[in-house]
Amino acid sequence: MRWALETAAAVWLAVAATAMAMAPSGDPARGAKLYAANCGSCHSLDANRVGPAHRGVYGRKAGTARGYAYSPAMRGARIVWNEATLDRFLQNPQAMVPGTRMGFRLTDPARRADVIAYLRQQSR
Amino acid sequence: MIEHYSSRRGLLRATGTAALSAVAIGILGDAPALARAAGKEPGVAANAGDIDILNVALGLEHEAIEAYQIGAESDLLQKPVLDLALLFQGQHKGHRDALAGTIGQLGGKAVQPKSRADYMTSLNIAAIKTQADILRLAQAHELGAANAYIGVMPSLGGKALAQVCAKIAADEAAHWSLLTSALGEALPKPAFMFG
Repeated sequence: MRWALETAAAVWLAVAATAMAMAPSGDPARGAKLYAANCGSCHSLDANRVGPAHRGVYGRKAGTARGYAYSPAMRGARIVWNEATLDRFLQNPQAMVPGTRMGFRLTDPARRADVIAYLRQQSR
Repeated sequence: MIEHYSSRRGLLRATGTAALSAVAIGILGDAPALARAAGKEPGVAANAGDIDILNVALGLEHEAIEAYQIGAESDLLQKPVLDLALLFQGQHKGHRDALAGTIGQLGGKAVQPKSRADYMTSLNIAAIKTQADILRLAQAHELGAANAYIGVMPSLGGKALAQVCAKIAADEAAHWSLLTSALGEALPKPAFMFG
C-alpha cells in the first residue's frame, strides 16, 4: 500500500514537473505591453479602478487587495495567485471562480505567460 | 459606422434591438430572472454572468466619460482636438446608456460612476500637463477598452450581447485609431491590432 502511494506520488510529481517544463516561459517586457493593452482599461498596478490594483498580486490570496470591493465569489475563493492559478483564471475567469465579475479571457497561452511574468516581476 | 451611430438615439435603437432579442424570454415572461435562467441555452439568451460583465463594461464607460470631461475642462485641449474629445465622449455616453438599459432589462442594477476625486486619483490626472498627455491617456483607454470588449465576448451567454460588445469595440477601435493619428504615431504593421 505504501509502495503504491509512493509510486503514485512520484508519477504525479513527474507529470507536474513535465507540465511546468512545457509551459511557456513568460517575458515580463512583453508582458508589460500586453498588460497595458489588455488589462489596462480596468486595472492599474497601484490604484483600484474597475478592477483591483495589481502590484503584489503574485503570491497574494485572492480577494484581498486593500480597499477594493470584490464580488462575494472572489472574497470567498480559496486561491493564492501564482503561475498556475493566474494562468487558469486568465484563461476563463468565470469557469474558475463562478460569480466573479471578470469575464475577460486571455486565450493565448504565450500571452498569458508574459502577463503573469510581468505581474510576478511587479510583485517583488 | 460612425455616421450610422452619430445620434445617441440611433445607437440606443440598434443596441436595444440586439439586447431585446437576448432578453426577450425574460421580458415576455414578465420575470427578469428568466433572462438569467435562459442562459442555459447557449447562443440564445443571457446568463447570470452577463450582468456582471456588462456592469464591468459600464464602469469602463463611466471612467471614459469622466476622463474626457476632465480633459475638456483642463484648458489643455485645442480645437479641433477638443471637438474630437467631445465627440468621443458623446459616443461613450451612448455606450453607457445602451449598457445600462440592457443591464436593467436583464434584471440587474447598473453600477454608478465613481466620484471625480476617485477618477482624479485612479487615472493619475495630476501627472497630466499637456494636450499630448491627455491624448495618450485617452489612446491607452480606448485600446484597453477595445481589447476588453473583445476579450469578454467568449464569456457572454448570448450572441446578441456579443454583437453589442462587438459594435462598441468597433467604436473604441475607431477612437484609438484617430487618437493615434492625432499623436502623429504610426499604426502597427502586424494584422490583428486588437484582441
